[in-house]
Amino acid sequence: MIRLEHIHRVFPVGEEEVHALRDVNLHITPGEYVSIMGPSGSGKSTLLNIIGLLDRPSAGVYRLDGEDVTALSDEQQAQVRREKIGFVFQFFHLVPRLSAAENVELPLVLAGVPLSQRAPLVGRLLEDFGMRARARHRPDQLSGGERQRVAIARAMVMQPAVILADEPTGNIDQATGREVFHLLEELNGKGMALLLVTHDPDLGRRARRHVRMVDGQIQSDTGAGA
Amino acid sequence: MRLLDVGRFAWRSLSGYRTRTLLMVLAVSIGVGAVVVLTSLGEGARRYVRNQFTSLGTNLVAVFPGRAETVGGAHGALIGRTPRDLTLEDALALRRIPAVKRVAPLNLGSAEVWWKGRSREVPVLGSTSELQEIRGFALSQGQFLPAEDPRRATPVCVIGSNVRKELFGARSSVGEWVRIADRRFRVVGVLAQQGQSLGLDTDELVIIPVASMQQLFNLPSLLRILVEARTREDVAAAQEQVRRVLRKRHDGEDDVTVVTQDAVLAAFDRILVALTLAVGGIASISLGVAGILIMNVMLIAVSQRTTEIGLLKAIGASPAQIRLLFFAEAAVLSLIGAAVGLVLGELGSFAIRQAYPVLPAFPPPWAVVAALATAVGTGIIFSLLPAQRAARLQPALALSRR
Repeated sequence: MIRLEHIHRVFPVGEEEVHALRDVNLHITPGEYVSIMGPSGSGKSTLLNIIGLLDRPSAGVYRLDGEDVTALSDEQQAQVRREKIGFVFQFFHLVPRLSAAENVELPLVLAGVPLSQRAPLVGRLLEDFGMRARARHRPDQLSGGERQRVAIARAMVMQPAVILADEPTGNIDQATGREVFHLLEELNGKGMALLLVTHDPDLGRRARRHVRMVDGQIQSDTGAGA
Repeated sequence: MRLLDVGRFAWRSLSGYRTRTLLMVLAVSIGVGAVVVLTSLGEGARRYVRNQFTSLGTNLVAVFPGRAETVGGAHGALIGRTPRDLTLEDALALRRIPAVKRVAPLNLGSAEVWWKGRSREVPVLGSTSELQEIRGFALSQGQFLPAEDPRRATPVCVIGSNVRKELFGARSSVGEWVRIADRRFRVVGVLAQQGQSLGLDTDELVIIPVASMQQLFNLPSLLRILVEARTREDVAAAQEQVRRVLRKRHDGEDDVTVVTQDAVLAAFDRILVALTLAVGGIASISLGVAGILIMNVMLIAVSQRTTEIGLLKAIGASPAQIRLLFFAEAAVLSLIGAAVGLVLGELGSFAIRQAYPVLPAFPPPWAVVAALATAVGTGIIFSLLPAQRAARLQPALALSRR
């Protein structure tokens, strides 16, 4: 499903160039559960951004479902993100003005889904996530764990093929973090591929496949080509 | 993305930053309100002048002696050209023109009016009975000048309401004899109170037959002749025929000026419309300033909401959608501002009308439309740059900032 071939990403920093990714090759099949680990600055987040079409590689080819998505225009990439990719961020990134339900609804709004179809979908999702009573609350009235649950609901409301999670528990306490993890793993159990960037080796080990990155390169991959 | 959702999202952004939104709405509404109030003042002045003119009567043509033209000084002196006066006979000749309904010769002077030891200096108007219809004079007592041969110097007069009050007080005036300069006139009527009418206060006036006036002041000539055409369509024909008749009577010389009331009114109209446009234009500068303010605030909004824009992109918003969202925000902002401004402007005009009832200060429809269009237009134009900036943000960079 996801196929990265010889991906490079170079950032100009002042006069110099920083190689965030060097010749990365990665193949991920539908429904996989992959953790990406490595020290700070090893290129984990850059890799996730490129897979999520938030960033473009400097060189290399990225195929998503057989399509070369690096060649797409901004508008086309937006559509791919909307339909195939769900994001979960360390800092939740909820829109502060909007209620929990409205935040979950946002991808549907952008996709032009009519209100009559949006409402039951959002309602069911919040119910599943145990957030029904909090639907009308704004993010600043929610706890960290609740916020991340809203963010996960938002990531999956469009039924994406893959969920990209960048340190999803990095900003919440351990107990809540475990709950969030179970939630993500449940989604993976329903067939969504889960790509997880984390510092925490305990959490990383839970994945079926472990990718370890050092200095912009994949150092080890337990399930390469699986 | 659905239009309703775009509007709702814009509305949530605006209501989410309440102070900012209120200030912007205030800026736009002051601009729109200023345009509406100032143009309604200009329009009020225009309507005031128009009312004043129509109160003089309708379908009028005025004849003045002399002609506005430039002639060589030496040449004119050699052939001894002098402007010919308008005479009573000229006025009588105009009566025979088919397109003409009524003719009133006019003379104006100033004299002292006496009654039983009381005296008052007043403007004296010499004319004929037809003046009453032409000028639409109403009488509170008695009658107007008798309809008779204008060449007869009948010793009667009609007095203004103020003159009556000052000279006679509570006593009856009709039938009494007053002395004007060195002649005696019998009061036959009193004008109803009318007030100012283009610089002439009819309440202070004394009207006598034009022939009496000529004797009293030893004037062979007339100040002007007022001619009323039969219908509005006849005005141009009447003007032309008056000119022709007088040219014939004046040995082929075009030595009079014939002006239609419409021409004078049109001149005033042009001036006042220009004035209204000018004040409207000045007021719309404030709309431009409001537009720049909107741009400033939207630019700040883009940098404040960088992460939000990054997030919207991450969950699938295209650059076009981001542009649309910021656009919509500015448009809704300026629409609300324009609506509030319109209400403010109408209230202001209403206040002016209450304070100065003679001034019909209604904003002209074109000014209202222009003000609203400018407000919304500047709002949208000045949001182009911020919206573009937001749409171009790199999502990965935008999200990396907390």
